[in-house]
Amino acid sequence: MIIQVEKPVLEVHDLTVSYHQKPVLWGVDFSLPGGVMAGIMGPNGSGKSTLLKSIMGLLSLSGGRISVFSKNLDEVRKKVSYVPQKESVDWDFPATVKDVVMMGRYGHLGLLRRPGKIDQEIVEEALEQVNMQDLRNRQLGQLSGGQQQRVFLARALAQQADLYLMDEPFVGVDAATEQILVELLNGLKQKGKTLIVVHHNLQTAPDYFDWLVLLNQRLVASAPFEQAFTAALLQETYGGRLNMLSTLAQHMKKEQFAAREHR
Amino acid sequence: MNIAEIIGTNNFMVLFGSVLLTASTAVIGSFSYVRRQALIGDAIAHALLPGICLAFMWTGSKSPWVLVPGAILTGWLSVLCQETIVKYSKIKEDAALGIVLSVFFAFGIVLLTYIQQHGYASQSGLDKFLFGNAASLLLPDLLSFGLLALAVLLLVLAFYKEFLTYSFDPNFAETVGMSSTWLRLLLNGLTVVAVVIGIQAVGVVLMAAVLITPAAAARSWTHRLPTMILLAAAFSGSSAIAGVSISMLASGLPTGPLIVVVLSLIAVVSFLFAPQKGLISRNRRQQFHQRKINRENLLKLLYHHRSLGLKAIYERRPMEEQSIKKGLAELQQAQWVRQENKAYQLTEPGEKAARRIIKLHRLWEYYLSHKVHIAPDHVHEDAEMMEHILTPEMEALLEKELGFPEKDPHQSEIPYH
Repeated sequence: MIIQVEKPVLEVHDLTVSYHQKPVLWGVDFSLPGGVMAGIMGPNGSGKSTLLKSIMGLLSLSGGRISVFSKNLDEVRKKVSYVPQKESVDWDFPATVKDVVMMGRYGHLGLLRRPGKIDQEIVEEALEQVNMQDLRNRQLGQLSGGQQQRVFLARALAQQADLYLMDEPFVGVDAATEQILVELLNGLKQKGKTLIVVHHNLQTAPDYFDWLVLLNQRLVASAPFEQAFTAALLQETYGGRLNMLSTLAQHMKKEQFAAREHR
Repeated sequence: MNIAEIIGTNNFMVLFGSVLLTASTAVIGSFSYVRRQALIGDAIAHALLPGICLAFMWTGSKSPWVLVPGAILTGWLSVLCQETIVKYSKIKEDAALGIVLSVFFAFGIVLLTYIQQHGYASQSGLDKFLFGNAASLLLPDLLSFGLLALAVLLLVLAFYKEFLTYSFDPNFAETVGMSSTWLRLLLNGLTVVAVVIGIQAVGVVLMAAVLITPAAAARSWTHRLPTMILLAAAFSGSSAIAGVSISMLASGLPTGPLIVVVLSLIAVVSFLFAPQKGLISRNRRQQFHQRKINRENLLKLLYHHRSLGLKAIYERRPMEEQSIKKGLAELQQAQWVRQENKAYQLTEPGEKAARRIIKLHRLWEYYLSHKVHIAPDHVHEDAEMMEHILTPEMEALLEKELGFPEKDPHQSEIPYH
C-alpha cells in the first residue's frame, strides 16, 4: 500500500542506506503531501531514525535521492527543522534552556551575526508555547526528561520552519506533557505546516496522525492513515524481518560488499 | 634607559606574554572539555615533536616561524589519524588516541636523537619545546606566539555561535546549514594551535593540564559556556602570573610546573568550595538536612509523650547524646519546646509543627498504599524519611490528589490542623 501524491512536500526516491556496508534501508520510495502530521512507525531497528537522518542529509546514501519542497535540501534548509532524539546530546552541557532554544535562530543568522531583538522575541514566544518561560534560565542538567523534550521542541519552533522532522518526541515524556506537545503539533498542522514524527505507540497513533509510513528495513506502507493502519499491514511491519533481507545484509557486512557499484 | 628599566619591561612582557599564551589555550580547552575530548590535547602535544624536528632538519633554523608550521602539521596529522582510525576500524576513541600519541612521539624522539648525534650546529634549544619555559621566553618568540594566541581568540569570538551549536549537537548544527566537517576541521586546527602555544609555557608533558584543568575548574562555578570560558581564561592567566613571578623571584624553580601547580590548586579549591557543585556546600546541605530530621524527630517524640526528661529522651532516640542536646537547644531557641522542672514539653507552635510532620507521615503512608499499591505493613519505613523531605508545595499537591483522607492505612487519624 504505497500511495504517491501530487505536489509532494517530501519525495524519497529508491533510498538505500547502509552502515558499514550493511544495508539498513532497502529501496524506500514514497512521497508525502503538505499539511499532514505523518507518523513513521516500525519495530526497533527498522530504520526509522536512519530515514529521518537521511532526509536531513546527515548520512551518505548508498543509493537514491531525496527532495524537499521539490528542491535539494541545501536550498530550503531554513524551511526544514529537525528534532533529534533527546538521548543524542549531553544534557550536562553548560548551557541554559534559553541558550539551546536560541540555537534555533542561528541557521537564519549567517556567519558573524549575533541574535537581535527579533530573535529574542521569537525565542521568548517559543518558550511560552511549550510552557517553559519560567525555566528559561534553568541549566540543562536540572531538567526532567519531559522538559528536555520541550526544550528541543521550542528550539524547533524558533526555527519557524514549514516542515518538521521529529525523532521520537514523546519518549520519556509523561502523558500530560505528551498531550500538550500533541496539541502544539496539531496547531502547527492547522497553520499548514507538515510534520513527520517517528512514533512507537500503536495505541495513540490513530489519534495523532493523518498519514502513516510503515517501515521495517523496507517500506511496507505510505498512505492516508486509515488505509495504512490495517491488521494485515501492521502484521507485515511488526511480524518479523524478511529473513532473506537480514541474511543478505549480514553477508554484505561480513564480505564488505557495497550496496551499489562504485562509479 | 638604564639596565634596570630594560629588565623591568622585559619581565612585564614575559608576564603579559605567558598570560596570553595560557589564557588562549584555556579558551580552546573549554571546547575540548565540553566536547568530551579531554585527552586529545595530550595526543596532539606529543605529536608536535616530529614536526618540530623535521622542520629543523629541513631548514636548520630554530625560529618559531619555521618550527611552528612543522609542529602544526604533524599535530594536525595526528588528529586526522585518530579520526580515521575510529572511523574505519573497530578501535575505540581512547585506544586510537593512545596509539597515535605513542607512535608520533616515538618517531619524534628518534628524530631528536638523530639530530643530537649528527652534530647539527645549533640543535641545543630544540628540547625547549619538550619542556617549555615561559620565564625564558624571548621577545621575538613572545611576539610570534602572542600573535597566534590573538588569532585563536579572534576566531573563537567570530565563530562562537557555530562552535557552541556544534559542540552541543553536531547533527543539529549540520541541519541548520553549518558544515560540521568544516567546524570539526577548524576546532581541531585551533586545538593544535592552542597546544603549540601552550607548550611554550609548560611543555609537552604538562600540556593536558593547561588545556583541561582550567575548564574543569571553571565548570564547577557556572553552568553557561561563555562564563565558563572567561573563568577558565582567568584561572590560567592568574596561574601564569603566579608561576612566572615565583620562578623569577626564586630563580631555579621551573615555570611550567609552577603554573600547573597553581592551576591545580585553583581546581582543588573550585571542586571543594564552588557553590552548589562544590563538595563542601553539598556536605553542608546534607548536614543541614540531618539537623532538621533530628529536630523533627524530637518534636514527634515529645508530641507522643507530652513531657519527657533528658534521660527518657536519650533512651528513646537512637542518637548520640550530644546531637540530641543540640537538637533540643535549637528547638528551644525556635520556641517550639520549653523546659519545665527538667522535663521537656512542646509549646503551642511546637505542637502545630509536630502535627504537620505526623500528617505528612500518614498522608505518605496513605499515598503509598492507595496509589503505589504497597502493602500497609510495608509503608512505615519509607514514610519515616519522606515526612522530613516533602516540601509545602508537595504537601498541598498530596492533599489535593488524595482528597484529604481522614485516616491512614493503619486507621490512625490524619491531623490537618
